[in-house]
Amino acid sequence: MAGRLTSLLGFGRDEPIGPLDYGRRWWMRLIVGLTFVFLYAPIVVLIAYSFNDSRRNIVWVRFTTDWYVKAIHDQSLLVAFGNSLTIAIINTLLSTVLGTLTALLLWRFRFPLRPVYEGAIALPIVIPEICMGVAMMAFFAWIGWPNDLPWPISLSNIVIAHVAFSFPFVAVIIRARLAGFNRELEDAAKDLGATEWRTLLDIIVPYLKPALVAGALISFTLSLDDFVITFFTAGPDTITLPVKIFSMVRFSVTPEVNAASTVLVVITVVTTVLALRLQNAGQKAGSSG
Amino acid sequence: MENWRKHPLVFWAFSLPPSFWLVFFFLVPLTLVWGYSFSEKRGIIGTELTFTLDNYLRALEPIYLEILWKSLGMAAAATAICLVVGYPVAFAIAFASERLKPWLLLLVILPFWINILIRTYALIAVFRTRGYANFAYEDLWNAANWVLNTVGLGQLQLIGERFEPMALLYNNAAVVAGIVYAFFPFMVLPLYANIEKLDRSFMEASLDLGAGHWRTFFSVVFPLTWHGALSGIVIVFIPALGAFFIPELLGGTDSQMIGNVIERQFKSANDWPFGAALSFLLMYATFFALALRALVAGRKGGGALDA
Repeated sequence: MAGRLTSLLGFGRDEPIGPLDYGRRWWMRLIVGLTFVFLYAPIVVLIAYSFNDSRRNIVWVRFTTDWYVKAIHDQSLLVAFGNSLTIAIINTLLSTVLGTLTALLLWRFRFPLRPVYEGAIALPIVIPEICMGVAMMAFFAWIGWPNDLPWPISLSNIVIAHVAFSFPFVAVIIRARLAGFNRELEDAAKDLGATEWRTLLDIIVPYLKPALVAGALISFTLSLDDFVITFFTAGPDTITLPVKIFSMVRFSVTPEVNAASTVLVVITVVTTVLALRLQNAGQKAGSSG
Repeated sequence: MENWRKHPLVFWAFSLPPSFWLVFFFLVPLTLVWGYSFSEKRGIIGTELTFTLDNYLRALEPIYLEILWKSLGMAAAATAICLVVGYPVAFAIAFASERLKPWLLLLVILPFWINILIRTYALIAVFRTRGYANFAYEDLWNAANWVLNTVGLGQLQLIGERFEPMALLYNNAAVVAGIVYAFFPFMVLPLYANIEKLDRSFMEASLDLGAGHWRTFFSVVFPLTWHGALSGIVIVFIPALGAFFIPELLGGTDSQMIGNVIERQFKSANDWPFGAALSFLLMYATFFALALRALVAGRKGGGALDA
């Protein structure tokens, strides 16, 4: 045990540590180890406590799934979760299409003010979220957005805001994939008489498929995870899960919050890991083909 | 790339839908808020564009100026911590074995994909009076107390009579820790990308010629990787400056940041012109930081999206 520990810390290896073997210096490992503890311990504790049979959640009592059962029976939590999913799905469809069009536009065409356009498209990614949040809030108030629309329609202002910040991210992902596209394929298709539309559907879209799926999954998690912008655009009847969690955290911290948070974390992490894998697989196939 | 005139129909088909969205649902809202920032409040909900600078001048009143400085200070402190810790972590990843590297990278990126709000909430359980940091501190205290008693120094009460938990939550330090926790991966990734690209023979040469590791870092590594550091600083500092739920959840009554004031102006205080001015102060700071980065790093080709 002690031997394993010292070798883990970089002491007990036979071969000497090379001058650039920073990964094997004990102080380096200490910093990295402590950083990962700092990054992960709170999340592990949060998830563990969603299974803890104690209301105050200070010491571990025993394993239970009661908090999940409670969360499932909490009507407002379920409504918020339903809203979040609905918004995320519609957002995914719209921002994947818009992001792909943006990427194709910037990949294919030279046009006046192109650098300005590129800068403007990147703006939603770089500005502080709160600025965008208040801008959307002010905008919908200014055009007199009605507050009493029937259910799925009532979410559309949140969807509009989400699409505005997520389609530039999709564009980044699609552009990365397009950079490796062999344009001769497109030329060949057109030489052989394919229309623009046919070329797009039969040549470009199949090539883009991994990036399209990755972009769709990323825009899904961006929307599902967003708190700040939704916080400013949501009305009392259009609460999403992160907004609901925020109000729960502010007013009463119970393990139910941990359970709801765990569900959200699991969904977004799984979706993202899938997206990353697809994107990597796509890049590998792209570079070899 | 082809000229758009060659296929104008395709060009418009590609450009109209995203441009429509960008203009109407992003640029128009921003311009609207920009307009509000030069407007005056009329009645309860009305505003009138009078091209006044009063809203910006109000931000310079002592009470708000203090909050502005505090926000800058906390964001700068958090960015500095990210930079100081980020370098060794990025180094360790760049110099890790090929087998370990993707896993270490994944470990750094993964927190990105966990909701920031939830991560902030998770910190509460660690920092509160009956939280993990204090439990660990209590164990240390008890151990030290036991040692002191055993060696016969127990009467002197060198470490206090009883264990006192530290007040870790609801102060400025907790907010800084929360910001570091939220945005740390933003710092590591550009640093890693730059260290990875670094030609290692420079470092070998420096070490061979007798420079120590510190000297090598400051004379060789840092000058060659500071583009990455600058990117990291900009992308940590901007969201840190605009943070509002982190101070709300982790901060005390005097840990307000600009974000909290903006939120109040738009929600409970209902003073949109003033909130708009503060929000645009953040925007100006953002543009300034981005321009600075572009200027200093030089235009190395590629658009803003490649950053």
